[in-house]
Amino acid sequence: MRALLYRDLILAIRAGGGFGLGLAFFLIVTVLVPFGVGPQSTLLREIAPGILWIGALLACLLSLDRILALDWEDGSLDLLATAPLPLEAVVAIKALAHWITTALPLVLVAPVLGVLLNLPATGYLWVVISLAVGTPALSVIGTFGAALTAGLKRGGLLMSLLVLPLYVPTLIFGAEVARRGADGLTVQSPLMLLAGISFGVMALLPFASAAVLRINLR
Amino acid sequence: MSLWEYANPVKFIRTTDKVLPWVWVLCAATLGTGLIWGFFFTPDDFRMGSTVKIIYIHVPSALMAINAWLMMLVASLIWIVRRHHVSALAARAAAPVGAVMTLIALVTGAFWGQPMWGTWWEWDPRLTSFLILFLFYLGYIALWEAIENDDTAADLTSILCLVGSVFAILSRYAVHFWNQGLHQGATFSLDKEENISDVFWYPAVLSMVGFGRLFVALGFFRTQTEIRARLTRALLAREGQM
Amino acid sequence: MTLSARDLTVTRGGMAILEGVSFDLSEGEALVLRGPNGIGKTTLLRSVAGLQPVEAGEVTGAEDQVAYAGHSDGVKAMLSVTENLTFWASVFGVANIAPALAAFDLVDLKSRLAGTLSAGQKRRLGLARLMVTNRPIWVLDEPTVSLDAASVALFDEAVRRHLGSGGSALMATHIDLGLSEARVLDLGPYKASPSARQMDEAFL
Repeated sequence: MRALLYRDLILAIRAGGGFGLGLAFFLIVTVLVPFGVGPQSTLLREIAPGILWIGALLACLLSLDRILALDWEDGSLDLLATAPLPLEAVVAIKALAHWITTALPLVLVAPVLGVLLNLPATGYLWVVISLAVGTPALSVIGTFGAALTAGLKRGGLLMSLLVLPLYVPTLIFGAEVARRGADGLTVQSPLMLLAGISFGVMALLPFASAAVLRINLR
Repeated sequence: MSLWEYANPVKFIRTTDKVLPWVWVLCAATLGTGLIWGFFFTPDDFRMGSTVKIIYIHVPSALMAINAWLMMLVASLIWIVRRHHVSALAARAAAPVGAVMTLIALVTGAFWGQPMWGTWWEWDPRLTSFLILFLFYLGYIALWEAIENDDTAADLTSILCLVGSVFAILSRYAVHFWNQGLHQGATFSLDKEENISDVFWYPAVLSMVGFGRLFVALGFFRTQTEIRARLTRALLAREGQM
Repeated sequence: MTLSARDLTVTRGGMAILEGVSFDLSEGEALVLRGPNGIGKTTLLRSVAGLQPVEAGEVTGAEDQVAYAGHSDGVKAMLSVTENLTFWASVFGVANIAPALAAFDLVDLKSRLAGTLSAGQKRRLGLARLMVTNRPIWVLDEPTVSLDAASVALFDEAVRRHLGSGGSALMATHIDLGLSEARVLDLGPYKASPSARQMDEAFL
């Protein structure tokens, strides 16, 4: 299992632009927002936690179809399916690899982008924490969506349509944690709920993803 | 006689062919009566004026939007466990009906709310939940359309329905949290049930039953179409092989 | 480990394409599947490998015993030859990739990125993977496509050695591999024909 993780990490890094692309997209979205809503710092301050969350979410979404599509195309997925590894473990590791190479950089860069959006000082910590707790759910749910659209030629758009509604609870609680943190309020309940979703999804969704992958490999 | 007999496509079509005209008649009767009574023969509400009458469409369509998804969920489970094609095709047939019901609920909800709120849309928990439900419907329908192999499509969409249902429930609570959050009580509550007195109740019930029958009629009709389409595809494929 | 197939019916796109296929494959044996294009060789091999469920019939002795090599090589372009093989070796629990490298003449190429290899070299890499799976039953779909004569000879040698050490091989190939030990199974007679009764119950 570790071998698969290392392999995917190496592939992501060598793939030229791997996690850089997600970061660049995150930056672009963050930069575009003030152009869209106006530069008043009071307004930006209000919406900063939400924008950072949405930017991170969309950046995650972008790199999701690569998780499985590449292995599908060169036949590696067939071989992985016949290997001693359970398919559930394979999808879990793929989600983990996605999180490490795409989501984690976003989490770490978010405070820097927060500066651009006049994020209040109290907000920095909570943006990072909420993203760190919530992005695993995004990776796991995204892997499920990628599995559903694995064989399809233009699966990317359909995958977004399937995955975005599934992202709503995570986004709601994650952004709530970030917002409350920025306002200096207690974040306990949304944080608990966010963590609950992440753990629940990590524990259960790989089974659904593996089932879907098996169906698509038939 | 077991319900599972109707898992046979031919038997399903034959039986529904016989039953369908009656369902349409009943549907027209209840829905027609309900709506006409509700719109023309009940007094205006002293607070909300005549726009409240839109609840005769709004409430039943909202109910059907949810019921359609529940029916799809049950049908998906039946497909996963017993692999009856009729079940999978019934879920496929019901989805667009459910989606349209959701849309009707959203639009009529907006119409109802407009005089009260002054805007055409408010991110009220209920409307928002229905908007999310609409997106789930769209995704489900899109997945059916995207996959060529019928059996694979049935398998994938049924799993999507299962996972989606869990997330739909999760979203409902999340949305309530999101819009109530620190606020005590609902700011914009559409708790129509509490506002309805007897005078409004009967036509409302009739409308609900009417919409229910409409769903059943459309469901039967569209499932038949799906079955026929599937049969045609299978026959063409076999012909190609011979 | 004997691989046994009894009365298999395999489907493609929902329709049965082969019916009643039965065969046995014991240790040290090779079985070659023959038949016109489209008859279902790939589908049958995938079913034996466990990637596809069979419509009817049974496959016994295949659980965890099969190493599958399909049309695609499963080779990662951004990894070197060694990295590709080491990955599969770790997945299957094999420690040493040197025999595999040697058997397919990949030793000189071992640090090259797989993306820079020619089609034939990639194929050799894909086949070398079989040797690091430590699995007795090799299921191969057109293994010698894009291999030159010298490479085909290497492949022959590898298969012979595998059979010699108690392994078995099930393969679909148009090319006469010169494996005198190999039996041939012609799939023509097993082609499924839709009967009139089946037309009525189409898709049921």
